[in-house]
Amino acid sequence: METIREALTQSVFFGMVISLLCYQIGLAVQKKTKWTIANPLLLSVVIIIGILMVLDIDYDAYYNGAKYIQYFLTPATVSLAVPLYRQLQYIRKYPAAVFGGIASGVLMAMGSIFLMGLAFGLTHEQYVSLLPKSITTAIGIGITEKMGGMVNVTIIAICITGVLGNIAAESVCRLFRIQEPVAKGLAIGTASHALGTTKAMEMGEVEGAMSSLSIVVAGILTVITVSVFAEFI
Amino acid sequence: MKFIKQLAIIFCISLIAELMEYLIPLPVAASVYGLVLMLVGLMTRLIPLEKVEGAADFLIEIMPILFIPPTVSIMTSFEVLKQLLIPITVISVVSTVLVMAVTGRVSQGIMRKSHKKSGGSQGQRKKNYRKSGGSQR
Repeated sequence: METIREALTQSVFFGMVISLLCYQIGLAVQKKTKWTIANPLLLSVVIIIGILMVLDIDYDAYYNGAKYIQYFLTPATVSLAVPLYRQLQYIRKYPAAVFGGIASGVLMAMGSIFLMGLAFGLTHEQYVSLLPKSITTAIGIGITEKMGGMVNVTIIAICITGVLGNIAAESVCRLFRIQEPVAKGLAIGTASHALGTTKAMEMGEVEGAMSSLSIVVAGILTVITVSVFAEFI
Repeated sequence: MKFIKQLAIIFCISLIAELMEYLIPLPVAASVYGLVLMLVGLMTRLIPLEKVEGAADFLIEIMPILFIPPTVSIMTSFEVLKQLLIPITVISVVSTVLVMAVTGRVSQGIMRKSHKKSGGSQGQRKKNYRKSGGSQR
């Protein structure tokens, strides 16, 4: 029994298979329940952590195979240029609104994290891990690694941000009287990356396009400005 | 085979991007260099859209799966994260709402201002719409 377990967990296919299977389960649950919180990524992670803990399997044994999945992250991020290219027409149409809105959002994100970081007395390492929390995980993880932060903290903050953005997008737009579809899309994408964008796509085509454009633009603007903010704490 | 060619182009850009990350002393991850390279390639038509879009759309579609391994690594640091849970949650929630409000208001303000200034068809329509909306009330 013990040797079978060992053979299973030492195979590189173990990490890959449980990742792909659990994602399928996550997709199926979301399709059934239609809850935002039943996000396939969140669900599959919860199930995988559960399985690993119950069977007492090390993260390293899982990662041994799962790392091959992660290797596709850089090419996938490179591919984000394709939807951005398709939406260039919107940047040409409303350049000031797009860059002005996203830039102020990016500054607001880091400014508010700086002030709250001071209030909570965060260390430099904790603070820089939170700075990229509004942007897409693909770019955010890279920033935290480069800044010497804790990738786990970044991932959790990005998850909370995305789920909240998705749930609260409509009420926040109503509360602050954001009515223009272009402005709504920019707001949702800049604040809550890809998870928020799925909500923006439900709201309308323009909202969805602007939101997915904001993911990339906000990501790049954050990369440019983050090293300045990182000096503050 | 078409798909393999498309993947080859995307991987090739990723490779150049990792080389740039190594050579350029800036705190920028390889993926961001790659993204910019790809965008420049598309805009200059050095890389025609149809030569990469199939594989690119596929990679973007499976992106959530690619995040499973790094997210599962949370389990290796439960203790550290437990202590930070309150600041992480408060900061994430407050800044998300603030960013959404500010981005939306600023871009909406800029759009409406430029409509008024240009007085073009769109601004005109909006004025008329507002007028009719007002009279209905």
